Amino acid sequence: MVESIKTLSDQDHSAKRLFKDKFVYIGVIVLSAITISPIVLIIAKLIIKGYRQISLDFLVQNTPDSFQAMTAVANGEIIPGGIANGIVGTFVMVVLAAVIAIPVGVLTGIFLYENQGKFIANLTRNISDILQGVPSIVLGLISYLWIVKHVTNGFSALAGSVSLSIMMLPMIVRSTEETLKMIPQTLKEAALALGVPYHKVIFRVLIPTGFSGLLTGILIGISRILGETAPLMLTALGSSMINIDITKPTSAIPLLIWDFYNDPNMIGLIWSSSLLLMAIVLILNIVAKQVAAKRS
Amino acid sequence: MNSDKITKGVLLSVSILILMLAAGMVYSLVSGSIPAFKAFGLKFIVSGDWDPTYGHEKYGALPFIVGTMVTSIVALILCLPLSFSTSLFLGEYFKGTRVARILGLLVDLLAGIPSIVYGLWGFYVLRPWMISLGIGNQGFGIFTSSLILAIMIIPYATSLSNEIISMVPNDLKEAAYSLGATRYEVITSVIVPNARSGIVAGYILAFGRALGETMAVTMLIGNTNLVPTGLFQTGNTMASVIANQFGEADGLKLSSLIAIGLLLFVITGVVNAIGKFIIKKMS
Repeated sequence: MVESIKTLSDQDHSAKRLFKDKFVYIGVIVLSAITISPIVLIIAKLIIKGYRQISLDFLVQNTPDSFQAMTAVANGEIIPGGIANGIVGTFVMVVLAAVIAIPVGVLTGIFLYENQGKFIANLTRNISDILQGVPSIVLGLISYLWIVKHVTNGFSALAGSVSLSIMMLPMIVRSTEETLKMIPQTLKEAALALGVPYHKVIFRVLIPTGFSGLLTGILIGISRILGETAPLMLTALGSSMINIDITKPTSAIPLLIWDFYNDPNMIGLIWSSSLLLMAIVLILNIVAKQVAAKRS
Repeated sequence: MNSDKITKGVLLSVSILILMLAAGMVYSLVSGSIPAFKAFGLKFIVSGDWDPTYGHEKYGALPFIVGTMVTSIVALILCLPLSFSTSLFLGEYFKGTRVARILGLLVDLLAGIPSIVYGLWGFYVLRPWMISLGIGNQGFGIFTSSLILAIMIIPYATSLSNEIISMVPNDLKEAAYSLGATRYEVITSVIVPNARSGIVAGYILAFGRALGETMAVTMLIGNTNLVPTGLFQTGNTMASVIANQFGEADGLKLSSLIAIGLLLFVITGVVNAIGKFIIKKMS
């Protein structure tokens, strides 16, 4: 490194060097602009193609069958019906996944924070990191083998939730531990010195102090599992009716997008469903950022 | 005192639950793929046959392993100039400015777009572009999938290297400036050598992401079960073949798909472990 700088100062091709510097500077700006162009193009496409279909009906009615959609398209009308079955299904599965993942994730995060450097904590942290990298489709296979085959004996919302909760779990573990690390140690010590039992230290001191950090992690986790399609194809399968029985096949917004994509008559519904999904994900992300910003 | 012991016990048992979860996953994948490995042996991994005809079923994972590797490697190559420029933009050239904040926000948003929306965009926007460029197979294939994967992994590749680049100590950079180095020379002779392992780790983790992506690839790769011979050929990845063929699978075929899932699990696990190891060695 030192050598290369020395040779640089010895050289005296100033004009050439300055030109190279300028060239790279402009290149970085151009390439960065190209990098963000897809997000702008994608959101623009969703809005332009999707807004026409968004209405109250779209939110409260079930998906039309293929024939209804075909007639509407043939008459130049907007496709009737909506994606209420998907909205309800997504809500049920995501809430259930969160209910499974949050307690386990937060408690594990606390365990890791309290046992820094110990073998079992390091092992758990590494395993949790590896779980975070497991492709979602593999989690779908796992939940199929566990829940679809042995618990609900068929495709079900529960199976979908289990695959989503395994996906969410490592994110919560990590964000909990990182948040707790930032809480001043003295706060905990003060509580312990007053003779507060350990579980009360956790629920009255650690969790409330780190609440906004935990919430940020949870919201980001939820926004990541909301759009998941692959694991649900293997577990929840889909349904054309609203279903709140978690042992039965259930639809979800991304599953409906996949169905619409595969049915030429329903193409009109693809963009509006994607727009809705994207809007929910974006709002969750923005709320999470706000919560995080408030903390610092 | 007793209640403290209970609390500690609960915390410990919850973390042991995570270990058991991981062990259970490995166990289920292995036991689910035993019929396939019994029928085809280790040849399953190197065989290119995929014939579901009842009676003489033959399955091999090679086309999908190759498909996964090629799409992900090409995606990584395509993503490299874009994400590296972006991390220089965020971590060096415009560090701490409003422009950088907005750009960073937009890059983060890329990570929030669901895979299936990428797939739709690829199908309806990217694919027609490919067709007009004269790329065969109606725009489907390895290259189109790699292109969409490259966009999808940009935020993962950018965030770590951006962080590491912005952490390079100022006095090192100033020392180089004082010797008359231009900004470009500071980047190549100070920033990159200092941040190298972090940048590499970021790209390895992004590569791990690309390996497991399912929906967008399934919608764009063309879904043929042969070993691809060129970049513009159609193919299938390990994730996309599971998504595609799972619906009508049982018996030996199901077991073969689970075996592919196991291989994917192992490959992504190894890639991620390498990335994490490099990060750990840095700190």
